[in-house]
Amino acid sequence: MKEKRLARLLVSGPPLLFLIVFFVAPSLIMILTSLRFPGEFGGLAPITPPSDQAVGEYGFTPDAYQFFFSDFIYTEIFLKSFAVAFGTTLICLILAYPLAVLIARSRKHLRNLMVLLVILPFASNFLIRIYAWMIILGPESALSHFVNTVLGAFGIAPVTLLFSPFAVLIGMVYVHLPFMVLPLYTNLEKHDPSLLDAAQDLGANAWQRFWRVTWPLSLPGVFSGSALVFIPVLGMFAVPDILGGTGDILIGNLIKDQFLGTRDWPFGSALSIMLTLAVLSVAGLTTWFARSATGQRAL
Amino acid sequence: MALLEIRNVTRRFGSYTAVDNVSIDVEAGEFFTLLGPSGCGKTTLLRMIAGFDLPDSGQIMLDGKDMVGIPPEKRPVHTVFQTYALFPHMTVADNIAFPLRMAGKAPQEIKKRVNELLERVHLPNFGNRFPHELSGGQKQRVAFARGLVNRPRLLLLDEPLGALDAKLREEMQIELINLQKEIGITFIFVTHAQDEALALSHRIAVMNRGNVEQIDEPSKIYSAPRNHFVADFIGKISVMNAAVIEAASSHLKLAIEGLGEVTAPAREGVEVGDKGVLAIRPEQVRISHPSNASQLKNHFRGKVHDFLYVGDVTTYIVELVNGAYIEALLPNSAPGRAKFFEVDDEVTISWRHDAGIFLDNPQ
Repeated sequence: MKEKRLARLLVSGPPLLFLIVFFVAPSLIMILTSLRFPGEFGGLAPITPPSDQAVGEYGFTPDAYQFFFSDFIYTEIFLKSFAVAFGTTLICLILAYPLAVLIARSRKHLRNLMVLLVILPFASNFLIRIYAWMIILGPESALSHFVNTVLGAFGIAPVTLLFSPFAVLIGMVYVHLPFMVLPLYTNLEKHDPSLLDAAQDLGANAWQRFWRVTWPLSLPGVFSGSALVFIPVLGMFAVPDILGGTGDILIGNLIKDQFLGTRDWPFGSALSIMLTLAVLSVAGLTTWFARSATGQRAL
Repeated sequence: MALLEIRNVTRRFGSYTAVDNVSIDVEAGEFFTLLGPSGCGKTTLLRMIAGFDLPDSGQIMLDGKDMVGIPPEKRPVHTVFQTYALFPHMTVADNIAFPLRMAGKAPQEIKKRVNELLERVHLPNFGNRFPHELSGGQKQRVAFARGLVNRPRLLLLDEPLGALDAKLREEMQIELINLQKEIGITFIFVTHAQDEALALSHRIAVMNRGNVEQIDEPSKIYSAPRNHFVADFIGKISVMNAAVIEAASSHLKLAIEGLGEVTAPAREGVEVGDKGVLAIRPEQVRISHPSNASQLKNHFRGKVHDFLYVGDVTTYIVELVNGAYIEALLPNSAPGRAKFFEVDDEVTISWRHDAGIFLDNPQ
């Protein structure tokens, strides 16, 4: 009995400790930070005023949260970030689904090769890959020339691809596509092919076989893939920083600026906490929805 | 005209011929079984009837119409798969309703038909359950209901009882016979279990290495196998090398080396000098104490080599004087009696002159 307890402690202890030190504690620090005043030169103002000068702002305040709602621009950036995350997720889903089906229905050795190709981009640095898109979308790139030649033929004024919402979306989709492909593939690969035979035998055409059998059975994969794309996109700042224009900042850029630019830690913390709450509620809703949609199923 | 006509169908996979020039006619309302060991081509033939595979040559005609170019979803043929292939994300009712929905039937009719079928397979209150909440036998019934609900011209059953335990399988066999009788849909049943084929079918096609060896009623298949393969595959049978020494219209006289002369039933096309085997079923062989003089013409001395006690009967394996082995079945009819003979007991083996059958040598 005693050994069992010790064993359990040894197994679950280290990860638990890790979570407490690197997740729970920082979260608590963030909550506390968000309720304090910013320091004069960055950082935080002390909680108790130094004895010699009692003027200034000390102690706890909900100012940071009030400030968020004082200007609609912050809510707008929040909504825009959600829209970008939603759009990225949708595009990733549309692009990844056929690919995942193709991989899942290929022969075994071909399958492993294709999965390897999907995860191969991870071998090179994330920032380098984003900078590569800067070159691909840049004004002197072949792609830009081609697009503008085509547009010119229709009498439309030339466009700049780089530093636009379009470039941000491309970058986001590019970076997160594997996170959609892999869970979808893992799910689709487990499907019993005899179910499709049965559906066809019982009168279902190709579309009906997809819509009535493959799609509903793949929903758990769709939900986990969507969560793996949606959540990181929501907090991403590097892609809009590099590929976006001045008007394309998202919630992630805003938070980064509070800590590294404006040096308003309480406001940055407040934004982080609100983002975390938003992500948690989205994740909760998705889980709830996924459970009710796939609830009583064997998969 | 037969409902299903399979004409000279051949299917090759590379150099391997899975189905070799097979012709079968199945009549409407029939319970027809394709029986054979694994790899005999029965499943390939079934897949071609369903439309999942196409013959390399030959024709498959349903209601006089060539099925070539008609995809599985357009054929009035449904299949009950070996693994059932129930849709795990649909309730039992939705599973059964599937073919009706695909056929674009009206919701009221779908509901009516689904309830009718649930009733028929004895699962009236299971409509809202999911497949994973069912036992093996219940899943099996749902699969039958789903295959039958849209009244196909032909229901194909691919070893559907293979996954069930022995007792349940027997129950399902009886249900299946009744279901087929009540609904009147033509069944084509694929199995490698000869007892199942004998119990269920109106007619059986015994297949071996892509060929049909014999098509007949179960009793004919059992009592008058056309060749060595059929005799050996269906039930138990003992074989002894034999040569024909007299071929009359009423009987054959065979010489068995080291044993003597045996009388066997006449067979067409057999001539004096033919060499082959005498095949005889264990239940046709009598085993008795040597002191009891046998009234039968065919009787020989032997020694019990081994026996197999299975409860209701005991199978004795007897070594004859020429070294051949013959099996004899003895019902354990006397109460409390498990066996009548012991290993190494001297016995007399005998059989009626019209038992046994002379067959050509196996190729």
